[in-house]
Amino acid sequence: MQIKEIIKTILEGFRANKIRAVLTILGIVIGIGSVIVIMSVGAGAQSLILNQVNSMGTDLIGILPGASDPNGPPATVFGLTITTLKYEDAQALRDRSQAPHNVAVSAYVAGVDTISSIYENLTGNFMGTSAAYPEVENVEVASGRFFTESEEKGLARVAVLGAQMKIDLFGENDPIGQRIKIKRESFEVIGVLAARGSNLLSDTDNRVFVPVLTAEKLVLGIDHLGFIRAKIDDTQNLDAAMDDIRVILRQRHGITNPADDDFSIRSTAQALDVLGQVTDAIRFFLAGIGALSLLVGGVGIMNIMLISVAERTREIGLRKALGARKQDLLVQFLAEASISSLTGGVVGIVGGVAISALIALVAQALGYNWSFVVSPASVILACAVSISIGMIFGYYPAKKASGLDPISALRYE
Amino acid sequence: METLISIKDLTKDYELEGGVANILRGVSFSISSGELVAIMGPSGSGKSTLMHILGFLDRPTSGTYLFRGRDIKTLSDDELARLRNKEIGFVFQSFNLLKRTSVLDNVKLPLSYVGYKVTDGDERAKKGLDAVGLSHRLHNRPNQLSGGEQQRVAIARALINNPSIIFADEPTGNLDSKSGAQVMQLFKDLHHQGHTIVLVTHDATVAHQAHRILHVMDGQIVQDEKISGG
Repeated sequence: MQIKEIIKTILEGFRANKIRAVLTILGIVIGIGSVIVIMSVGAGAQSLILNQVNSMGTDLIGILPGASDPNGPPATVFGLTITTLKYEDAQALRDRSQAPHNVAVSAYVAGVDTISSIYENLTGNFMGTSAAYPEVENVEVASGRFFTESEEKGLARVAVLGAQMKIDLFGENDPIGQRIKIKRESFEVIGVLAARGSNLLSDTDNRVFVPVLTAEKLVLGIDHLGFIRAKIDDTQNLDAAMDDIRVILRQRHGITNPADDDFSIRSTAQALDVLGQVTDAIRFFLAGIGALSLLVGGVGIMNIMLISVAERTREIGLRKALGARKQDLLVQFLAEASISSLTGGVVGIVGGVAISALIALVAQALGYNWSFVVSPASVILACAVSISIGMIFGYYPAKKASGLDPISALRYE
Repeated sequence: METLISIKDLTKDYELEGGVANILRGVSFSISSGELVAIMGPSGSGKSTLMHILGFLDRPTSGTYLFRGRDIKTLSDDELARLRNKEIGFVFQSFNLLKRTSVLDNVKLPLSYVGYKVTDGDERAKKGLDAVGLSHRLHNRPNQLSGGEQQRVAIARALINNPSIIFADEPTGNLDSKSGAQVMQLFKDLHHQGHTIVLVTHDATVAHQAHRILHVMDGQIVQDEKISGG
């Protein structure tokens, strides 16, 4: 029996029993559709997260105080204050004779305290950074200027506002030249940063930036850094640059045994890798749950196929009388199950892609950097899975049909 | 004339609860090509079982069955299926047409199982339907046809592979007398064209239109009657 005739038989069956045909494939439609949506929306969300990390630049190296496993969390996550990283370390990393790939290096300390202008008084985030901060983080200054290296070294009381912080403290008023207070220290506002949008990893817009030494000594009363970031000349030199930094810091800290490292070095590229893996894991886990509904769809197909075999007992007997062999009937019923299932799969793919596209459109309309991704591989996989489900769940009914005794099948009422 | 069917001491037992039923108890006869034979007997006499065995739908318990000199005992299920397809045409009391399929496709159905691609299926089916006077009904569904027309479609289907022998099981049993007479006339015409036909019936008026009647009673042939000019 040829595939054309089998398809004709299926279509005749569909026409004769439309509601049943729809219900038969519904489980597969929902199953395949949900897997496609989960994979596509998951990829969209993943690209959103990864784009955010990427926007920081893959040419960044982070130096954190305290040793840690490069794949585990930094020690500071556990609430420990580690004081091993100093301002002078950051200075040393700027030495291009020892660290030729470092283009710009910034030291960081962060704090939360009362911040006030003549208009507002609020509790907010402030950050002490180096003059190189805008270069390291790719931040634009919208008005005024960022502080200079001499201001950084000279404990100048100058502040640069994040875009949202400017609005919170000054509303529509021009803040340049005005004064703000962090804790009890007074600062002159010299610039405002361009809005950057907040993301998972940093919230530049909601911060006040002051020179790092000023923040350390005058506001926080400490003499260690939160972390250092170095921007390198080319991502290809990442490993070399990380090695250079390691050598410099070990030398400065008098460390001979790498196991005694009191700092850890990470790159955005590494972070991207780990984030990619984590988000992939979440996606596939969710897709797996979606795939469970395929199982239900398969049982639905088996159920309807069994009913169909019972209803068509006489037809099966007739086909045998006309010369159909066991395998002819096995193939016919397996093909019917697979094609039904594949039809469900195709409808599910179309529906899933449409829903995913809609979600992507909405996300893009809301201003997220969301990419609409449907990989051809997932479409092919979905087709293959739906055919296989038809085969697996159609096998028992098909076996039953092919094994019927032609005489009793012909007599069946 | 070539001997198509030759059976000797054929028996068929069925296992039943509480014993064995001896449906056929030593049947011997032969049928030559070109014959129009009726197998006649009351219900339960074993005539249907006999037809099933002769038509390769069932196997005998003992005895020999030579089809064109070939012992069917040695054949596999698949080989029997091929024989049914190529050598046998079945016509059933209840027509057994696929009700969702067009008349043309019903007639073509045996071509699905010939084992190779048939390219002239439509022409052959149309020719067959023309021969039974239904060339105007090609694209109708069986339920749009009268009983007599449906049985003529079934006869066209039985003929499409040009079989050696046609088995008709109570072919007029579900028909009114006028349609029944038309169908019987068709069988007689086919016989005149050289087809070998075996009618299985309990109806003496049907049986007497054959040239030879095998009377079956309690699983045995009780009389092999030649009808002159039948």
